[in-house]
Amino acid sequence: MISQSDIEKLAQLARIELTEEEKQKLAPEIDAILGYVAQIQKISSNTETQPVLGAVKNIIRTDIALNEPSSHTQDILAEAPHREGDYVTVQKIIAQ
Amino acid sequence: MTIDLKNLTIQNTHEALVRGDFTVRELVEAYLNVIQSRDGDIHAYLEVYADALQQADLAQEIIKSGKSTLLTGIPFALKDNILLKGKIASSGSKMLENYHATYDATAVARLKKEGAVFIGRTNMDEFAMGGSTENSAYGATKNPHDITRVPGGTSGGSAAAVAADMALVALGSDTGGSIRQPASFCGLVGLKPTYGGVSRYGLMAAVSSFDQIGPITKTVTDAEIIFTAIHGKDEHDGTSISETTYTPQRVGKTKPVIGVPYEFLKANSGSEGESGIDRDVLENFNQSIEHFKKLGFEVKDISLPNISNCLPVYYILNFAEVSSNLARYDGVKYGFNKEGKDFKDEYFKTRAAGFGTEARRRILLGTYVLSSGYYDAYYNKANAARTLITNDFHTAFEKVDIIITPTTPAPAFKIGEKVSNPLAMYLEDIFTVTPNLIGMPAMSIPSGFSEIEGKKLPLGIQMVARHGDEKTLFEAGKIFLGEK
Repeated sequence: MISQSDIEKLAQLARIELTEEEKQKLAPEIDAILGYVAQIQKISSNTETQPVLGAVKNIIRTDIALNEPSSHTQDILAEAPHREGDYVTVQKIIAQ
Repeated sequence: MTIDLKNLTIQNTHEALVRGDFTVRELVEAYLNVIQSRDGDIHAYLEVYADALQQADLAQEIIKSGKSTLLTGIPFALKDNILLKGKIASSGSKMLENYHATYDATAVARLKKEGAVFIGRTNMDEFAMGGSTENSAYGATKNPHDITRVPGGTSGGSAAAVAADMALVALGSDTGGSIRQPASFCGLVGLKPTYGGVSRYGLMAAVSSFDQIGPITKTVTDAEIIFTAIHGKDEHDGTSISETTYTPQRVGKTKPVIGVPYEFLKANSGSEGESGIDRDVLENFNQSIEHFKKLGFEVKDISLPNISNCLPVYYILNFAEVSSNLARYDGVKYGFNKEGKDFKDEYFKTRAAGFGTEARRRILLGTYVLSSGYYDAYYNKANAARTLITNDFHTAFEKVDIIITPTTPAPAFKIGEKVSNPLAMYLEDIFTVTPNLIGMPAMSIPSGFSEIEGKKLPLGIQMVARHGDEKTLFEAGKIFLGEK
């Protein structure tokens, strides 16, 4: 059984704030879903995992920029919630 | 002039544009008029682009210059998770409500090059999680065949737009049936290409090892034309494949040989229970198989011994990849931000307020199946089962060329019917998830109707082919639907 404290732990790991009401609702829902998907545990453990997507393999390319320097900078920075000049700003990370 | 939108295909529209029967502007205006009158009820579009008519005029210039291709001036609807530079792309989420795409998706760039016209962006389940378009932060889309029912999802807006003549064709994305299921619910053709067939560059990542962009259209020929235009190797997507990546060998001498997993169908239609196949769907499916036989196709019974695990395997991998992919939405680099009391608190507040219920549920589930102690029991087991299921298909494809099932276990359901029961919503995907697990191409084509409460609800059948063998899907689909 997934308990409410398990839900709290997952929410901490996933960086999502949950209300008490949400925790109560999520516990049985997640429990039911995990109960359903747990049927795969019956599969023999001897099965070897292989990449199944056929010909997919590592692709290597030269480490060079594909575009002119700064050609996207302003477009991308314009999407940042908080910026100062050409920097994205966040709240102070290290407390005093 | 009045344009008969219902009967337009890419081919006959192209001919009419070149002959000058109507201009691209008149064509786009005709669609905008339908949007004006019908989309208030259907809600397929999240935004109609303000420059649609300007795009139309640019396309007209190409036609005038004699350099048009089949797609020049063709009006497209675009799913809200595919990037078109400068336009908002929100993935149906509050998280990206005001996010402007900073580049074109490769599929979009290839269509732009041919002078296609993008009319607007269409509604979807948030970050492509759902099966009804009810999980959108911007309200549900309705099925044009019966507005009390869902259009399917997650590409429900794209399918509804085409079905209601609010676009000639549309692009969607498919992670576990998100193109095929809405196509089926709306009486259309929907193609999920081979994994890597169409570049994922500029498609917002949901489940990176499943996601594919594909067309939603009225005819198989239209789907083929769009696929031909957008497929192929792309330097921006390392998983994209080329024409020579796969060399599918067909067994059928004159026509593709059809395989039907009767055992799997029987296992899901034993009772009138919740997970069983609807009686009309089963009857329509059997009629469709008879129709194929009459058209000269050989039909064989095939066995897929591990298929019963397809949904649990699919969902475990979906949760795992979704939770990893959605980690990028942190309120720092782009998208929604909600102020918190410190740096860390801001993450918690942003992700609580920015994500909808289903997104949060799957992030938590993914965090669970990937956490130490459960990783082997869930994620690794699912990967092992994925291999077993793939091997089943490789074995089946030694004696057949296409595997056919219904696309969905039942026709479009009522709005609100499954929204409070996530597991019931997941069970909807029983037939559509497997092609994503194994990376093989699959297409849903319309196969008839089920009449419920005086409304004709479309049904569809799904065809799956070998890696890289879209050609066989197009060929069989065209013969089945009587397309030249």
